[in-house]
Amino acid sequence: MSDSAGPAVLAEGLSKSFGTFTAVDRLDLAIAPGEVVGFIGPNGAGKSTTIRMLSALLRPTAGRARVAGFDVVREANQVRAHIGYMSQTFSLYGSLTVAENLRFFAGIYRVPPAMFEARRRFAIAMAGLEGREDALVSTLAGGWKQRLALGCAILHRPPVLFLDEPTSGVEPEARRLFWELIHRLAAERVTILVSTHYMDEAEYCNRIALIDRSRLVALGSPGTLRRRELGGTLLALPCAPLGAALAALRDAPGVAEAAIFGDRLHVLLAAGGLSADDLPAFLTARGVSSGAARPIDASLEDVFVHLVAGHAAAARA
Amino acid sequence: MSSCIWLPATRPRRGRDAVSPGRLLAIAFKEILQVWRDPRSLAIALLMPLMQMVMLGYGVSLDIRHVPLCVFDQENSQTSRAVAQRFVAAGWFAASARLGSDQAVHEAMDRAACIGAAVIPADFSRRLDSTGGSPLQIVFDATDANTTNIAIGYAQGVVALISNQLEARWAAAHGGPATRAGMVDLEPRVWFNEGLESRYFIIPGVVAVILALVGAQLTSLTVSREWERGTMEQLISTPVTPFEVMAGKLLPYFLIGIFDAAFCLLAARFWFAVPFRGDFATLLITTALFLIVVLAIGYLISVRVRSQLGASQVALLVTMLPTTLLSGYTFPIDQMPAPIRALSLMVYPRYFVTILRAVFLKGSGLAGLIGPVLGLVAYAVVVLWLAGRAFHKRLD
Ligand SMILES: Nc1ncnc2c1ncn2[C@@H]1O[C@H](COP(=O)(O)OP(=O)(O)OP(=O)(O)O)[C@@H](O)[C@H]1O
Ligand SMILES: [Mg+2]
Repeated sequence: MSDSAGPAVLAEGLSKSFGTFTAVDRLDLAIAPGEVVGFIGPNGAGKSTTIRMLSALLRPTAGRARVAGFDVVREANQVRAHIGYMSQTFSLYGSLTVAENLRFFAGIYRVPPAMFEARRRFAIAMAGLEGREDALVSTLAGGWKQRLALGCAILHRPPVLFLDEPTSGVEPEARRLFWELIHRLAAERVTILVSTHYMDEAEYCNRIALIDRSRLVALGSPGTLRRRELGGTLLALPCAPLGAALAALRDAPGVAEAAIFGDRLHVLLAAGGLSADDLPAFLTARGVSSGAARPIDASLEDVFVHLVAGHAAAARA
Repeated sequence: MSSCIWLPATRPRRGRDAVSPGRLLAIAFKEILQVWRDPRSLAIALLMPLMQMVMLGYGVSLDIRHVPLCVFDQENSQTSRAVAQRFVAAGWFAASARLGSDQAVHEAMDRAACIGAAVIPADFSRRLDSTGGSPLQIVFDATDANTTNIAIGYAQGVVALISNQLEARWAAAHGGPATRAGMVDLEPRVWFNEGLESRYFIIPGVVAVILALVGAQLTSLTVSREWERGTMEQLISTPVTPFEVMAGKLLPYFLIGIFDAAFCLLAARFWFAVPFRGDFATLLITTALFLIVVLAIGYLISVRVRSQLGASQVALLVTMLPTTLLSGYTFPIDQMPAPIRALSLMVYPRYFVTILRAVFLKGSGLAGLIGPVLGLVAYAVVVLWLAGRAFHKRLD
């Protein structure tokens, strides 16, 4: 059960349809205790729907999932007792104060009275709201609100946390603080699935799950994804004019992808065509002046652009 | 934050969906804070009963003038014509026709040419002269019970005036006061609405309408507000049970409802001076029952209609429409067509209006009200059952 060595979150063929529209399509995912998994994907990809199924808020139309060892359909209330959830929209009570919100959720989660005071202080410190316990929550700025919401969601010390875009609309400094909290929790072996639109945040995760058009298209550590998922060598190629170079490379043998990045091109070379050394000559022959091609590490953004483009092409085919 | 006090995860108790008083009270307390800080809810809870009590309470006693009155003067003597004239002179009645037969009276009332007809008997002045008193009949069409009530009051006033004058004349002629108090006995006969009482009859109905209105309005906002503000998604992600949500949300409004009921009933008793002949326990128990019904109806609507505006409008519809039309607050049930009478059995305010009138005016206790009380109990059970089942901890 929840304390066994099994995964903290396990989804098998998890699917959700709204009428004829499939929002999540046969998703498989296993998350180990203490792992931080980032959930990345374009708008409408199905991130929230997946998180809601795992939080027992939506009933899957196919497949199954276990969270903290409990089945999300048959043992929904056990799941609810073992998770902390932050929904995509801010959902504390704005007309209640910081202290009143904490007291309410402590009551709802049945935090033993003996422990409440310590946890309340912890949550307030975590949110950086010392001295503002009596402020109405509606008067707080975004970063404080979100940290307080996290504080409320962990009052019962759940082993699993589902955070749906907890940092959207929050300034960069507050986002950094929030991720510090996430890692502190992970260090306590709390399992965390967190969705985000920010690519830089993906780097903070142990693993990344990329979801696009209701399908899970990639799953792995940031390093693995960068190395493996591109399926070729990424090169930076200084050249001018960029537009002509791009047009020329589009049809070149072995060039899988080419895109403008600032004053240079990023070119993805597949095996069996042009090599990195061939590129300057190839371009010069077509009236483009070019420097030497230099292999670079792909950013996660490169990887996602590549994966989503590939997934789109596959979907069209 | 200096020290991280990350306590080991406490294992939530395994009790399967057992009701937790702590969770229930957490919701109730939060709800009170929300109402207290929400001007709209606060206005409904505290101002609406006051305003409605004034509006509806005085609405029934609006100053109505020139009530069309027909006269069927069977005697047609100088005295009888003078009496008929008195009704018009006071300004309360407008003489619309002099009629010559019972048949004509019926027809005039059917045509709504008049809503009252004074019938002066053929031996009016003879009886006055010989015995010092005579009956005077006024027939009222009580389709509009409010107007009729008021018109009866006016008629009584006019007749008292006439009596006084006749008494003075009789005393002068006979050299002593009349032996009987009141020279002219008014016999108000109320058609279509036999046995109509005074406006005491209406005020208890007003109280029922206000409680239904306010109660359902308050709870109609409670769940829809959480859906609208997004807090519901958070709430249902916790182990809270549907029963705790319902009970926790109804409890504070029940207390507010009792407060409003006390206000309205005290106003009925002391401001509108409706006599109270019943006992307090019966009043409290039946009022609590009625509140449970209306609060649960509002809650049920709130669960079903997820917007505050929509929920409050539906609540208005299902409370105002049946209470005003069918509860017998304006239209006495006995006078309704049979199918509508059957329908009104389904309408909860009917029971409470019946109970309130009986407790106030007749002094009935629980035992004497077993029918309507059981009606309310049945209603409460059904509505609570529906409300308890309506709430699901799922988004789909
Ligand atoms: N209750 C619903 N009924 C019908 N369609 C829905 C429902 N909920 C979500 N969808 C659709 O399912 C798809 C996936 O939605 P979801 O909210 O899971 O996306 P997301 O990845 O969280 O997107 P975002 O980044 O914008 O939050 C969307 O196209 C959405 O319109
Ligand atoms: Mg989303």
